[in-house]
Amino acid sequence: MKEQGRKLFQIFWTFFKISPVSFGGGYAMIPLIEKEINEKKKWLTRDDMTEVFALSQTVPGGVGVNSAAFIGHRISGIKGALTAVAGVSLPTFLIVLALGLSYFFVQGHPKLEAAFVSIRVTIIAIILYAAIKIAKTAIVDKITFFIMTAGVPALFFIHPFIVIFIGGLIGIVLTFFKKRPYTGANSKQYKQEDASKNPDNYMWGAGI
Amino acid sequence: MVLWELFYTFFMMGFVSFGGGYAMIPIITSAASEYGWMSAERLTDMIALAGMSPGPIATNSAILVGYSAAGISGAIISALAMLLPSIILVITVAAFFNMIHHSPMVEAMFYVIRPLVTSLIIFAAIRFGLTNHLWILKVSFQSISLLFIFGLSLFALLKLRWNPIYVILLSGLAGTALYS
Repeated sequence: MKEQGRKLFQIFWTFFKISPVSFGGGYAMIPLIEKEINEKKKWLTRDDMTEVFALSQTVPGGVGVNSAAFIGHRISGIKGALTAVAGVSLPTFLIVLALGLSYFFVQGHPKLEAAFVSIRVTIIAIILYAAIKIAKTAIVDKITFFIMTAGVPALFFIHPFIVIFIGGLIGIVLTFFKKRPYTGANSKQYKQEDASKNPDNYMWGAGI
Repeated sequence: MVLWELFYTFFMMGFVSFGGGYAMIPIITSAASEYGWMSAERLTDMIALAGMSPGPIATNSAILVGYSAAGISGAIISALAMLLPSIILVITVAAFFNMIHHSPMVEAMFYVIRPLVTSLIIFAAIRFGLTNHLWILKVSFQSISLLFIFGLSLFALLKLRWNPIYVILLSGLAGTALYS
Protein backbone atom coordinates (compact mmCIF):
# COMPACT_ATOMS: atom_id res chain seq x y z
CA MET A 1 0.00 0.00 0.00
CA LYS A 2 2.77 2.35 1.06
CA GLU A 3 4.82 1.14 -1.89
CA GLN A 4 2.02 1.97 -4.29
CA GLY A 5 1.58 5.42 -2.78
CA ARG A 6 5.26 6.15 -3.33
CA LYS A 7 5.07 4.99 -6.91
CA LEU A 8 2.03 7.15 -7.56
CA PHE A 9 3.81 10.14 -6.08
CA GLN A 10 6.82 9.46 -8.32
CA ILE A 11 4.53 9.34 -11.36
CA PHE A 12 2.90 12.59 -10.32
CA TRP A 13 6.20 14.34 -9.71
CA THR A 14 7.80 13.13 -12.97
CA PHE A 15 5.00 14.57 -15.08
CA PHE A 16 4.68 17.65 -12.90
CA LYS A 17 8.33 18.49 -13.66
CA ILE A 18 8.01 17.97 -17.43
CA SER A 19 4.73 19.81 -17.86
CA PRO A 20 5.83 23.48 -17.97
CA VAL A 21 8.06 22.68 -20.98
CA SER A 22 5.01 22.09 -23.10
CA PHE A 23 4.61 25.63 -24.38
CA GLY A 24 1.96 25.56 -27.08
CA GLY A 25 1.50 21.81 -27.17
CA GLY A 26 2.89 18.50 -26.15
CA TYR A 27 5.48 17.74 -28.81
CA ALA A 28 8.24 19.51 -26.91
CA MET A 29 7.63 17.05 -24.08
CA ILE A 30 8.17 13.88 -26.08
CA PRO A 31 11.96 13.68 -25.80
CA LEU A 32 11.77 14.58 -22.10
CA ILE A 33 9.11 11.98 -21.36
CA GLU A 34 11.17 9.38 -23.18
CA LYS A 35 14.26 10.27 -21.16
CA GLU A 36 12.48 10.23 -17.79
CA ILE A 37 10.24 7.22 -18.27
CA ASN A 38 12.46 4.98 -20.35
CA GLU A 39 16.09 5.90 -19.63
CA LYS A 40 16.00 7.13 -16.05
CA LYS A 41 13.11 5.37 -14.35
CA LYS A 42 13.00 2.35 -16.68
CA TRP A 43 9.25 2.14 -16.24
CA LEU A 44 8.63 1.31 -19.89
CA THR A 45 10.67 -0.17 -22.73
CA ARG A 46 11.57 1.68 -25.91
CA ASP A 47 8.98 -0.30 -27.86
CA ASP A 48 6.35 0.69 -25.32
CA MET A 49 7.34 4.32 -25.75
CA THR A 50 6.89 4.16 -29.52
CA GLU A 51 3.43 2.74 -28.99
CA VAL A 52 2.67 5.42 -26.39
CA PHE A 53 3.42 8.23 -28.80
CA ALA A 54 1.66 6.62 -31.75
CA LEU A 55 -1.46 6.23 -29.65
CA SER A 56 -1.24 9.67 -28.06
CA GLN A 57 -1.26 11.22 -31.48
CA THR A 58 -4.24 9.24 -32.71
CA VAL A 59 -6.54 9.86 -29.77
CA PRO A 60 -8.14 13.32 -29.51
CA GLY A 61 -6.63 15.68 -26.97
CA GLY A 62 -3.16 17.02 -26.24
CA VAL A 63 -0.22 14.72 -26.88
CA GLY A 64 1.23 15.47 -23.43
CA VAL A 65 -1.97 14.59 -21.56
CA ASN A 66 -2.59 11.50 -23.67
CA SER A 67 0.90 10.11 -23.21
CA ALA A 68 0.72 10.81 -19.47
CA ALA A 69 -2.57 8.92 -19.25
CA PHE A 70 -1.18 6.01 -21.26
CA ILE A 71 2.10 5.75 -19.35
CA GLY A 72 0.40 6.14 -15.96
CA HIS A 73 -2.07 3.42 -16.94
CA ARG A 74 0.74 1.08 -17.97
CA ILE A 75 2.57 1.56 -14.69
CA SER A 76 -0.24 1.57 -12.13
CA GLY A 77 -3.61 1.09 -13.82
CA ILE A 78 -6.39 3.63 -13.65
CA LYS A 79 -4.99 5.26 -10.51
CA GLY A 80 -1.71 5.70 -12.34
CA ALA A 81 -3.45 7.27 -15.32
CA LEU A 82 -5.33 9.74 -13.13
CA THR A 83 -2.17 10.60 -11.18
CA ALA A 84 -0.08 11.16 -14.31
CA VAL A 85 -2.77 13.36 -15.90
CA ALA A 86 -3.05 15.37 -12.68
CA GLY A 87 0.72 15.79 -12.64
CA VAL A 88 0.98 16.90 -16.24
CA SER A 89 -2.03 19.23 -16.04
CA LEU A 90 -1.63 20.95 -12.70
CA PRO A 91 1.33 23.25 -13.55
CA THR A 92 -0.19 24.42 -16.82
CA PHE A 93 -3.59 24.81 -15.15
CA LEU A 94 -2.05 27.11 -12.55
CA ILE A 95 -0.08 29.09 -15.13
CA VAL A 96 -3.15 29.54 -17.33
CA LEU A 97 -5.26 30.54 -14.35
CA ALA A 98 -2.61 33.07 -13.25
CA LEU A 99 -2.62 34.58 -16.73
CA GLY A 100 -6.40 34.75 -16.69
CA LEU A 101 -6.42 36.34 -13.23
CA SER A 102 -3.90 38.99 -14.27
CA TYR A 103 -5.86 39.70 -17.44
CA PHE A 104 -9.00 40.43 -15.44
CA PHE A 105 -6.99 42.32 -12.83
CA VAL A 106 -5.61 44.84 -15.34
CA GLN A 107 -8.68 44.68 -17.55
CA GLY A 108 -9.71 48.06 -18.92
CA HIS A 109 -6.22 49.50 -18.68
CA PRO A 110 -5.66 51.47 -21.91
CA LYS A 111 -2.22 49.95 -22.54
CA LEU A 112 -3.53 46.40 -22.20
CA GLU A 113 -6.56 47.18 -24.36
CA ALA A 114 -4.22 48.59 -27.01
CA ALA A 115 -2.00 45.50 -26.84
CA PHE A 116 -5.00 43.25 -27.39
CA VAL A 117 -6.24 45.24 -30.39
CA SER A 118 -3.06 44.07 -32.10
CA ILE A 119 -2.93 40.61 -30.49
CA ARG A 120 -6.46 39.75 -31.72
CA VAL A 121 -5.29 40.26 -35.27
CA THR A 122 -2.15 38.22 -34.68
CA ILE A 123 -4.26 35.38 -33.29
CA ILE A 124 -6.17 35.27 -36.58
CA ALA A 125 -2.81 35.00 -38.37
CA ILE A 126 -1.80 32.17 -36.04
CA ILE A 127 -5.06 30.32 -36.69
CA LEU A 128 -4.50 30.68 -40.42
CA TYR A 129 -0.95 29.43 -39.94
CA ALA A 130 -2.34 26.44 -38.04
CA ALA A 131 -4.70 25.75 -40.94
CA ILE A 132 -1.83 25.84 -43.46
CA LYS A 133 0.30 23.51 -41.34
CA ILE A 134 -2.50 21.01 -40.90
CA ALA A 135 -3.52 21.22 -44.55
CA LYS A 136 -0.02 20.04 -45.47
CA THR A 137 -0.65 16.70 -43.80
CA ALA A 138 -4.41 16.51 -44.35
CA ILE A 139 -4.68 17.36 -48.04
CA VAL A 140 -3.10 14.44 -49.85
CA ASP A 141 -5.21 14.28 -53.02
CA LYS A 142 -8.19 15.80 -54.86
CA ILE A 143 -10.78 14.16 -52.62
CA THR A 144 -9.29 15.54 -49.41
CA PHE A 145 -9.03 18.97 -51.04
CA PHE A 146 -12.69 18.78 -52.01
CA ILE A 147 -13.70 17.72 -48.49
CA MET A 148 -11.80 20.65 -46.99
CA THR A 149 -13.33 23.15 -49.44
CA ALA A 150 -16.85 21.84 -48.90
CA GLY A 151 -16.34 21.77 -45.14
CA VAL A 152 -15.88 25.52 -44.71
CA PRO A 153 -19.31 26.68 -45.99
CA ALA A 154 -20.96 23.65 -44.35
CA LEU A 155 -19.70 24.87 -40.96
CA PHE A 156 -21.74 28.05 -41.31
CA PHE A 157 -24.86 25.87 -41.05
CA ILE A 158 -23.91 22.63 -39.29
CA HIS A 159 -22.47 22.22 -35.80
CA PRO A 160 -18.79 21.11 -35.76
CA PHE A 161 -19.64 17.98 -33.73
CA ILE A 162 -22.00 16.82 -36.46
CA VAL A 163 -19.54 17.72 -39.22
CA ILE A 164 -16.78 15.61 -37.63
CA PHE A 165 -19.21 12.77 -36.91
CA ILE A 166 -20.49 12.74 -40.51
CA GLY A 167 -16.85 12.89 -41.67
CA GLY A 168 -16.06 9.73 -39.72
CA LEU A 169 -19.09 7.99 -41.21
CA ILE A 170 -18.12 9.01 -44.74
CA GLY A 171 -14.68 7.58 -44.04
CA ILE A 172 -16.17 4.23 -43.08
CA VAL A 173 -18.34 4.23 -46.20
CA LEU A 174 -15.27 5.10 -48.28
CA THR A 175 -13.52 1.89 -47.23
CA PHE A 176 -16.08 0.02 -49.27
CA PHE A 177 -15.39 1.99 -52.44
CA LYS A 178 -11.82 3.17 -52.41
CA LYS A 179 -8.88 0.87 -51.89
CA ARG A 180 -6.57 2.26 -49.20
CA PRO A 181 -5.84 5.74 -50.49
CA TYR A 182 -5.10 6.86 -46.98
CA THR A 183 -1.42 6.20 -46.60
CA GLY A 184 -0.12 8.96 -48.81
CA ALA A 185 3.44 10.25 -48.74
CA ASN A 186 2.42 12.48 -45.87
CA SER A 187 1.46 9.76 -43.47
CA LYS A 188 5.00 9.39 -42.20
CA GLN A 189 4.64 12.76 -40.54
CA TYR A 190 2.51 11.22 -37.85
CA LYS A 191 5.39 9.12 -36.67
CA GLN A 192 6.81 10.29 -33.40
CA GLU A 193 10.46 10.44 -34.54
CA ASP A 194 9.64 13.01 -37.15
CA ALA A 195 7.20 14.92 -35.00
CA SER A 196 9.53 15.42 -32.08
CA LYS A 197 12.37 16.67 -34.25
CA ASN A 198 10.35 19.08 -36.31
CA PRO A 199 9.89 22.40 -34.49
CA ASP A 200 6.75 23.10 -36.52
CA ASN A 201 4.96 20.36 -34.69
CA TYR A 202 5.48 21.89 -31.29
CA MET A 203 2.44 24.03 -31.86
CA TRP A 204 0.03 21.26 -32.61
CA GLY A 205 -0.73 19.21 -29.61
CA ALA A 206 -2.78 16.54 -31.28
CA GLY A 207 -1.34 14.43 -34.00
CA ILE A 208 -4.02 14.54 -36.60
CA MET B 1 -26.61 26.48 -14.84
CA VAL B 2 -23.31 27.79 -16.17
CA LEU B 3 -21.14 25.05 -14.64
CA TRP B 4 -23.20 22.33 -16.28
CA GLU B 5 -23.10 24.14 -19.64
CA LEU B 6 -19.33 24.41 -19.35
CA PHE B 7 -18.92 20.78 -18.36
CA TYR B 8 -21.20 19.51 -21.10
CA THR B 9 -19.57 21.64 -23.83
CA PHE B 10 -15.98 20.80 -22.95
CA PHE B 11 -16.65 17.15 -22.18
CA MET B 12 -18.15 16.70 -25.65
CA MET B 13 -15.33 18.76 -27.13
CA GLY B 14 -12.76 16.53 -25.46
CA PHE B 15 -13.90 13.62 -27.60
CA VAL B 16 -13.32 15.42 -30.89
CA SER B 17 -10.36 17.55 -29.89
CA PHE B 18 -8.25 16.86 -32.97
CA GLY B 19 -5.84 19.17 -34.66
CA GLY B 20 -3.99 20.70 -31.77
CA GLY B 21 -6.67 22.93 -30.37
CA TYR B 22 -7.33 25.71 -32.85
CA ALA B 23 -9.86 23.51 -34.64
CA MET B 24 -11.92 23.62 -31.45
CA ILE B 25 -12.48 27.38 -31.62
CA PRO B 26 -15.73 27.12 -33.61
CA ILE B 27 -17.17 24.80 -30.95
CA ILE B 28 -16.21 27.20 -28.17
CA THR B 29 -17.51 30.20 -30.14
CA SER B 30 -20.89 28.66 -30.82
CA ALA B 31 -21.31 27.52 -27.21
CA ALA B 32 -20.25 30.94 -25.89
CA SER B 33 -22.82 32.74 -28.01
CA GLU B 34 -25.55 30.14 -27.46
CA TYR B 35 -25.21 30.27 -23.66
CA GLY B 36 -24.21 33.95 -23.57
CA TRP B 37 -20.95 33.32 -21.69
CA MET B 38 -19.07 36.32 -23.07
CA SER B 39 -18.62 38.71 -25.98
CA ALA B 40 -16.76 37.70 -29.13
CA GLU B 41 -13.90 40.10 -28.32
CA ARG B 42 -13.48 38.67 -24.85
CA LEU B 43 -13.43 35.19 -26.37
CA THR B 44 -10.68 36.19 -28.79
CA ASP B 45 -8.67 37.50 -25.83
CA MET B 46 -9.12 34.20 -24.01
CA ILE B 47 -7.89 32.25 -27.06
CA ALA B 48 -4.91 34.62 -27.27
CA LEU B 49 -4.07 34.01 -23.61
CA ALA B 50 -4.45 30.26 -24.20
CA GLY B 51 -1.91 30.49 -27.02
CA MET B 52 0.56 32.24 -24.75
CA SER B 53 0.46 29.54 -22.07
CA PRO B 54 2.14 26.15 -21.93
CA GLY B 55 -0.11 23.13 -22.36
CA PRO B 56 -2.64 22.13 -25.00
CA ILE B 57 -4.43 25.12 -26.52
CA ALA B 58 -7.87 23.50 -26.39
CA THR B 59 -7.56 22.78 -22.67
CA ASN B 60 -6.08 26.21 -21.96
CA SER B 61 -8.97 27.85 -23.81
CA ALA B 62 -11.45 25.77 -21.85
CA ILE B 63 -9.84 26.82 -18.55
CA LEU B 64 -9.89 30.51 -19.49
CA VAL B 65 -13.40 30.46 -20.90
CA GLY B 66 -14.55 28.61 -17.79
CA TYR B 67 -12.85 31.12 -15.54
CA SER B 68 -14.23 34.04 -17.47
CA ALA B 69 -17.77 32.61 -17.37
CA ALA B 70 -17.92 31.26 -13.81
CA GLY B 71 -14.75 32.07 -11.87
CA ILE B 72 -12.36 29.52 -10.35
CA SER B 73 -14.97 26.75 -10.15
CA GLY B 74 -15.70 27.30 -13.84
CA ALA B 75 -12.00 26.92 -14.61
CA ILE B 76 -11.73 23.68 -12.62
CA ILE B 77 -14.91 22.16 -14.10
CA SER B 78 -13.83 23.05 -17.64
CA ALA B 79 -10.35 21.59 -17.18
CA LEU B 80 -11.75 18.34 -15.75
CA ALA B 81 -14.32 18.16 -18.55
CA MET B 82 -11.54 18.41 -21.15
CA LEU B 83 -9.24 15.90 -19.43
CA LEU B 84 -11.82 13.17 -18.76
CA PRO B 85 -12.37 12.19 -22.41
CA SER B 86 -8.59 11.91 -22.92
CA ILE B 87 -8.32 9.53 -19.97
CA ILE B 88 -11.36 7.50 -21.00
CA LEU B 89 -10.23 7.25 -24.63
CA VAL B 90 -6.61 6.44 -23.88
CA ILE B 91 -7.52 3.67 -21.44
CA THR B 92 -10.11 2.10 -23.71
CA VAL B 93 -8.09 2.51 -26.89
CA ALA B 94 -4.89 1.24 -25.24
CA ALA B 95 -6.55 -2.11 -24.66
CA PHE B 96 -6.88 -2.85 -28.35
CA PHE B 97 -4.58 -0.33 -29.96
CA ASN B 98 -2.75 -2.86 -32.09
CA MET B 99 -6.07 -3.86 -33.56
CA ILE B 100 -7.06 -0.36 -34.67
CA HIS B 101 -3.61 1.05 -35.44
CA HIS B 102 -3.18 0.81 -39.21
CA SER B 103 -6.69 -0.63 -39.55
CA PRO B 104 -8.08 0.46 -42.94
CA MET B 105 -11.31 1.67 -41.37
CA VAL B 106 -9.61 3.95 -38.85
CA GLU B 107 -7.26 5.24 -41.52
CA ALA B 108 -10.26 5.95 -43.75
CA MET B 109 -12.00 7.85 -40.98
CA PHE B 110 -8.94 10.01 -40.44
CA TYR B 111 -8.57 10.46 -44.18
CA VAL B 112 -11.88 12.35 -44.11
CA ILE B 113 -11.66 13.89 -40.64
CA ARG B 114 -8.25 15.52 -41.22
CA PRO B 115 -9.41 17.77 -44.09
CA LEU B 116 -12.53 18.59 -42.05
CA VAL B 117 -10.35 19.66 -39.16
CA THR B 118 -8.58 21.92 -41.65
CA SER B 119 -11.99 23.36 -42.63
CA LEU B 120 -12.72 23.96 -38.95
CA ILE B 121 -9.55 25.98 -38.52
CA ILE B 122 -10.13 28.00 -41.71
CA PHE B 123 -13.69 28.61 -40.52
CA ALA B 124 -12.35 29.78 -37.16
CA ALA B 125 -10.01 32.25 -38.89
CA ILE B 126 -12.85 33.64 -41.05
CA ARG B 127 -15.23 33.97 -38.09
CA PHE B 128 -12.62 35.62 -35.90
CA GLY B 129 -11.69 37.96 -38.72
CA LEU B 130 -15.36 38.95 -39.00
CA THR B 131 -15.89 39.53 -35.28
CA ASN B 132 -12.69 41.54 -35.08
CA HIS B 133 -13.53 43.53 -38.22
CA LEU B 134 -10.32 42.53 -39.99
CA TRP B 135 -11.99 41.88 -43.33
CA ILE B 136 -13.76 45.26 -43.41
CA LEU B 137 -12.13 47.53 -45.94
CA LYS B 138 -12.30 50.85 -44.22
CA VAL B 139 -9.57 53.42 -44.68
CA SER B 140 -8.37 54.51 -41.29
CA PHE B 141 -5.04 54.40 -39.52
CA GLN B 142 -6.19 51.57 -37.30
CA SER B 143 -7.65 49.31 -39.99
CA ILE B 144 -4.67 49.71 -42.30
CA SER B 145 -2.08 49.22 -39.57
CA LEU B 146 -3.96 46.15 -38.36
CA LEU B 147 -3.91 44.60 -41.83
CA PHE B 148 -0.19 45.35 -41.83
CA ILE B 149 0.25 43.62 -38.44
CA PHE B 150 -1.75 40.68 -39.75
CA GLY B 151 0.58 40.36 -42.74
CA LEU B 152 3.70 40.78 -40.63
CA SER B 153 2.49 38.14 -38.16
CA LEU B 154 1.89 35.66 -40.98
CA PHE B 155 5.31 36.46 -42.43
CA ALA B 156 7.03 35.91 -39.07
CA LEU B 157 5.24 32.57 -38.62
CA LEU B 158 5.53 31.16 -42.12
CA LYS B 159 8.80 32.58 -43.42
CA LEU B 160 10.85 33.44 -40.36
CA ARG B 161 9.39 30.42 -38.51
CA TRP B 162 9.20 32.25 -35.22
CA ASN B 163 7.62 30.65 -32.22
CA PRO B 164 3.96 31.84 -32.12
CA ILE B 165 4.34 32.91 -28.50
CA TYR B 166 7.00 35.48 -29.44
CA VAL B 167 4.85 36.70 -32.32
CA ILE B 168 1.95 37.26 -29.90
CA LEU B 169 4.16 39.09 -27.40
CA LEU B 170 5.75 41.33 -30.05
CA SER B 171 2.36 42.08 -31.51
CA GLY B 172 1.16 43.11 -28.07
CA LEU B 173 4.09 45.51 -27.74
CA ALA B 174 3.34 46.96 -31.18
CA GLY B 175 -0.29 47.40 -30.16
CA THR B 176 0.69 49.24 -26.99
CA ALA B 177 2.94 51.55 -28.98
CA LEU B 178 0.43 52.22 -31.76
CA TYR B 179 -3.01 52.36 -30.16
CA SER B 180 -2.70 53.69 -26.62
